Amino acid sequence: MPLSPKASLQLGPDGRLRHLLTTEGLPAETIRLILDTADQFVSVSEREVKKVPVLRGKSIFNVFFENSTRTRTTFEIAAKRLSADVINLNVGASSTSKGETLLDTVWNLQAMDADMFVVRHSESGAAHLIARHVKPGVAVINAGDGRHAHPTQGLLDMYTIRHYKKDFSGLTVAIVGDVLHSRVARSQIHALKTLGVPDLRVIGPKTLVPEQVERLGVRVFHDMAAGLEGCDVVIMLRLQNERMNGALLPSAGEFFKVYGLNAEKLALAKPDAIVMHPGPMNRGVEIDSAVADGRQSVILPQVTFGIAVRMAVMSMLGSP
Amino acid sequence: MSRVEIKGARLVDPGSGRDKAGSLFLADGKVLALDKAPDGFRADETIDAAGLVACPGLVDLAARLREPGFEYKATLESEMHAAVAGGVTTLACPPDTDPPLDEPGLVEMLKRRATSLNSVRVHPVGALTVGLKGERLAEMAELTEAGCVGFSQGRAPLPATNSLLNAMKYASTLGYTVWLRAEDTALAAGGVAHAGEVATRLGLVSVPVIAETLAIRTILTLVEATGARVHLERLSSAAGVALVAQAKAQGVPVTCDVGIHHLHLCDRDIGEFDSNCRLSPPLREPADRDALRRGVAHGAIDAICSDHAPVDDDAKQVPFAEAEPGATALELLLPLTLQWGRESGLKLADTLAAVTKRPAAILGIPVGTLAPGSAADICLFDPDRPWIVRPDALMSQGKNTPFQGMELVGRVARTIVAGRTVYSP
Repeated sequence: MPLSPKASLQLGPDGRLRHLLTTEGLPAETIRLILDTADQFVSVSEREVKKVPVLRGKSIFNVFFENSTRTRTTFEIAAKRLSADVINLNVGASSTSKGETLLDTVWNLQAMDADMFVVRHSESGAAHLIARHVKPGVAVINAGDGRHAHPTQGLLDMYTIRHYKKDFSGLTVAIVGDVLHSRVARSQIHALKTLGVPDLRVIGPKTLVPEQVERLGVRVFHDMAAGLEGCDVVIMLRLQNERMNGALLPSAGEFFKVYGLNAEKLALAKPDAIVMHPGPMNRGVEIDSAVADGRQSVILPQVTFGIAVRMAVMSMLGSP
Repeated sequence: MSRVEIKGARLVDPGSGRDKAGSLFLADGKVLALDKAPDGFRADETIDAAGLVACPGLVDLAARLREPGFEYKATLESEMHAAVAGGVTTLACPPDTDPPLDEPGLVEMLKRRATSLNSVRVHPVGALTVGLKGERLAEMAELTEAGCVGFSQGRAPLPATNSLLNAMKYASTLGYTVWLRAEDTALAAGGVAHAGEVATRLGLVSVPVIAETLAIRTILTLVEATGARVHLERLSSAAGVALVAQAKAQGVPVTCDVGIHHLHLCDRDIGEFDSNCRLSPPLREPADRDALRRGVAHGAIDAICSDHAPVDDDAKQVPFAEAEPGATALELLLPLTLQWGRESGLKLADTLAAVTKRPAAILGIPVGTLAPGSAADICLFDPDRPWIVRPDALMSQGKNTPFQGMELVGRVARTIVAGRTVYSP
């Protein structure tokens, strides 16, 4: 039975961004607008006074149900550069352990007049749930939900690729490693497809490649060498510690041997290929130090651009 | 007991295939005659049923009444009322209550409470193992005497293969039917959605189709070894239907059912994490849904059930994977079955057979037909009446359904159990 198409939660009826929950379904012009806006904020970050009054008087709550100092910090910096008031909450350690439900936590914070929530949660769909239940006018930014999405990471990766490669229409991009558990990979795949990347590949062992991922428009490679051949962009994913020695992989060492990126394997990609990683890296597991620190690595610029991209998203969501 | 005449209805009897206008005469809680009043029959009550279909009351193989233990989700009163409001006159309730239905005393109490409410006929399915833990066998003979019609694990995992073998041996010794959800416990562990594109997009832990087919193969092998009579609950995949159809063709004594949601929905309906579509087994792909639809039409699947599971809002307003599986469905079973039948080009009698005669045969009780002498359990409904599913208007205490806000066609006008009207709006 055809159910009525469910309207997208993150886009208003006029197509404007109301929340940022996923890169899936974001129109190309919206992504470009975010990246163009980020361009302006990159220059702010280069000034002596790194602050603009865009969100003065607004309260942004960083609500992290799953700990992540680094991501939380980048959102905090972005919000502060926009002159917003930032409140950081590590909820993982407080409310939910007292038995409060996710929505009760959010409603309580909303009663403190939050204008925007930046949310990280270990369950896929948590940000959607929150967005569905906040007051009109309150925006939600998904800072990572389970295996589902990490849209600001996906967008900062798009910014980075555009910065170095200018145009997406002729690119070959490979995403390597633990795609199954990666919200970053999913956010990258949707954005890269929308921006028109013609040859998008995922590379990994069958235990770490999700079911029917090719229906998202990617080509699946299990052979690292074949997958890297001719790539313009190589994106390495973080292998979580708990995946390294278990049922999915025999050991970190064996993973590095087969799917770790070293100079020799990188030579199979185009000579001007860039190497990306969402961080934090496991040197010697998914990436060799020589590559991580090498001339093709753009891993640190990713972090810098990440601030500007998050400023762009916050400013778009926070201005009337 | 009173004598009832139902006049002017379109009498549809899946038992005989009959579908034509006529009168129905009920006496002493049984169907007395069709069309022509027996000599000397004088009705105490005459029901004018012009424009309505009269068919046997629906027989639902799986409706959770939530008692004992989950009264905050629903009560016997609310759910039995929902049943008759949906035209259901006989239902089997799974043992996954708290405590589970693993003791004769619990089953007797449930039967007594249900009987005292004088409404839908309630047939408990007893726990196969104590506490549904999959270890010690429940007292099947005692439970049968208390009123159980079969034995199941409910939604609890299947016992380990050695324990399952013994459970089936023991049940077959005494001639009882074992009802099993075909789902390999290890393969399904943690899974909340079908292993396919949607689960991949949404980043949900998935249940592969092989969790179902592997369990079916195991169970069929054990059936062969033990001769046990098995009813497979809630098939979800095309491959599962094919396996059962093949086994039936070879004469294996196995029956199966499907939940009504799985005939109309697929994993895409989860949309942006709609927890109303968090069901168990998970909704699979359109091709699976279509195979299930054909499976019922062609007989590989014996019956459609509501798989009614009232869930409180608190258990649904959480991230998708944390949501309790299940949906309210007793009041939607008839219109959704009618829709499946219309879309499948079936005759009304054949459509209704999937929720009357065929499930009654699995229960082995004389309901689900209008044959003289059978129980006077009747559903009168308007087959053309549209209505919109509004959660607040449902009798069930469970309000969560993927169909909320949708227009369905076919509405119950009156429900009769043992010759007595138990529902009329």
